[in-house]
Amino acid sequence: MIPANETYLLNRVQNKGSETLASYREHGGYVAIEKILKENTPFDQVIEELKDSGLRGRGGAGFPTGLKFSFMPDPEKDPRPRYLAVNADESEPGTCKDRILLREDPHGLIEGILIACRAIRAEAAYIYVRGEYRKEYNNLFAALAEARAAGLVGKNIAGSDWSCEIWMHKGAGAYICGEETGLMESLEGKRGHPRPKPPFPAGFGLWGQPTTVSNVETLFNVPFILNRGARWFRTMGTEKSPGNILCGISGHVERPGVYEVPLGISTRTLIEEYAGGVWKGRKLKAFFPGGSSTGLLPASAIDTPMDHDGMKDAGSMLGTAALMVLDETACTVRAMEVVARFYDHESCGQCSQCREGTQWLYQIFRRLENGQGRVEDVELLDSLAHGMAPGKTICALADAAAIPTHAIVKNFKDEMMEHATLGRCPLSHDHSTKEKREPAEAGA
Amino acid sequence: MALPEKLVTEFDELCSHYPERRSGLIMALHRCQEELGGWISPETMEAVAGYFEMEPVEVYGVASFYPMFRMTPPGEHVVSVCHNIACELRGAPDILKKVCEVTGASVHGTSSDGKFTVETVECQGACTTAPMFDLDGVYHEELTLESVEKILGGLS
Ligand SMILES: Cc1cc2nc3c(=O)[nH]c(=O)nc-3n(C[C@H](O)[C@H](O)[C@H](O)COP(=O)(O)O)c2cc1C
Ligand code: SF4
Ligand code: FES
Repeated sequence: MIPANETYLLNRVQNKGSETLASYREHGGYVAIEKILKENTPFDQVIEELKDSGLRGRGGAGFPTGLKFSFMPDPEKDPRPRYLAVNADESEPGTCKDRILLREDPHGLIEGILIACRAIRAEAAYIYVRGEYRKEYNNLFAALAEARAAGLVGKNIAGSDWSCEIWMHKGAGAYICGEETGLMESLEGKRGHPRPKPPFPAGFGLWGQPTTVSNVETLFNVPFILNRGARWFRTMGTEKSPGNILCGISGHVERPGVYEVPLGISTRTLIEEYAGGVWKGRKLKAFFPGGSSTGLLPASAIDTPMDHDGMKDAGSMLGTAALMVLDETACTVRAMEVVARFYDHESCGQCSQCREGTQWLYQIFRRLENGQGRVEDVELLDSLAHGMAPGKTICALADAAAIPTHAIVKNFKDEMMEHATLGRCPLSHDHSTKEKREPAEAGA
Repeated sequence: MALPEKLVTEFDELCSHYPERRSGLIMALHRCQEELGGWISPETMEAVAGYFEMEPVEVYGVASFYPMFRMTPPGEHVVSVCHNIACELRGAPDILKKVCEVTGASVHGTSSDGKFTVETVECQGACTTAPMFDLDGVYHEELTLESVEKILGGLS
């Protein structure tokens, strides 16, 4: 039984034609921005409301959104043009929540963008959509055209004296362009090489101008908070992680899916109630709580609350709340081999610790899984990861590879050792037969 | 080679969205790949460089950074199989094998009849409907060995 928690994020997506302006209007759409413009609500007031709500970024880092908006310089003192960059690059493995919003409820995002742009006094927003999301891009593009035709985007919005442009941009398959400064480089038509910080985007962002970068789901929350108030928002979730979040549950569960849940809900409820339990009546072995960059936790952590503090206390991270479940037949070393291969592939190569480190992590996980590993490899992985992070590189991709490496050494050391001492994967005799395991179950 | 008039008109409009013209480069490369044979040929590279007033090697430096841009011509159909962790857990290795079997292409290769190019890709944001592949720009999700056969068998 799925608990009867209050929902708002996904309420509209069931409606027929939910992606259209007419449907959005019918469900109270664009009321928040029209009210702000009509009443000429002070800029600070919107930011204060967001601060009071306690909304934290849904892109992975969980930074308080109101506070981030307040970092933008005072336009009286710094009259440069300023921008909002909307992060719709969604490429953290396991994560597929923004995709639903882009495809099924694009006007909700557009209204969030407008409110954010007015609050930070941005003259334009750029939505960076990952290149593979073609349908999502097209739906958002169509919604934007509708909104523009209705006078909600562009010059003199809703008859006011305020103007704001929203433009769309496509990525082309590079994970690193989801990192905020990599995203900005990519938007400028360059390779997506992250920039050293400082300077921070609020001072030196897109084209060197003040810029705020926000995730799709984060901005999607904004109109709800403005309409219903910070106090309402805080009735859901926890003191330090208020509101609902979109939690994608994938891997070995009966009902994978993207579910809207209050932050702080227990992982057990997510797996057992929402996702229908571990599939095929099997036992839980491990889970990534929030994407491949978050440490793999053992089954004993199943009662951990799904929020920033809960996951941190358990030795992992909330990340993007993309919960990936491994059943008792899964091999954690193989899982980390796949994850390490990903970071090796996606490292942009600017920092030697990351470029070399991700490659070594992948090679070592691979040889462990293939039966050529040594007992010392376990310590070696840990020490390599220490050499890469934290804070040793230009961006946090190196951390994203190091964190799950530390976690597997901490939580699944025995299984790693077993690989080394047996000279093979204990769950399957060698890699090639492993790939043939349970062929009939694929995609079941 | 000069860029087709249609694309030039499109790019002029596109570049007007940005304070700096060069920002349109990645979107322009996407359109070129779509319209000019499914890859970025050296001729295309040169034409794009001309449009953006850049050196061709600079355009190459950007294009080659992004996995979606092809530097060699693909087969008639492109199957991009996700092999990242959520898909792996739901059987991606078997799906990939099946795809190769049905198409006659090897991974990162093209079938001898030129019909299919098969490649592996990283997470495509379809993890809760894994395993998946992208066929010519359209996602196919919740794949089974049978559905792979049906989808691709119809094309070969
Ligand atoms: C390697 C890397 C990849 C990232 N990918 C994404 C992404 O795909 N989408 C996203 O919203 N944030 C991503 N982030 C986080 C962004 O840098 C940034 O924190 C976020 O977009 C800010 O938005 P928020 O405050 O609304 O969460 C990534 C960060 C790193 C280090
Ligand atoms: S940490 Fe890795 S991805 Fe980030 S800038 Fe350095 S090399 Fe590039
Ligand atoms: S892991 Fe395959 S779509 Fe996410």
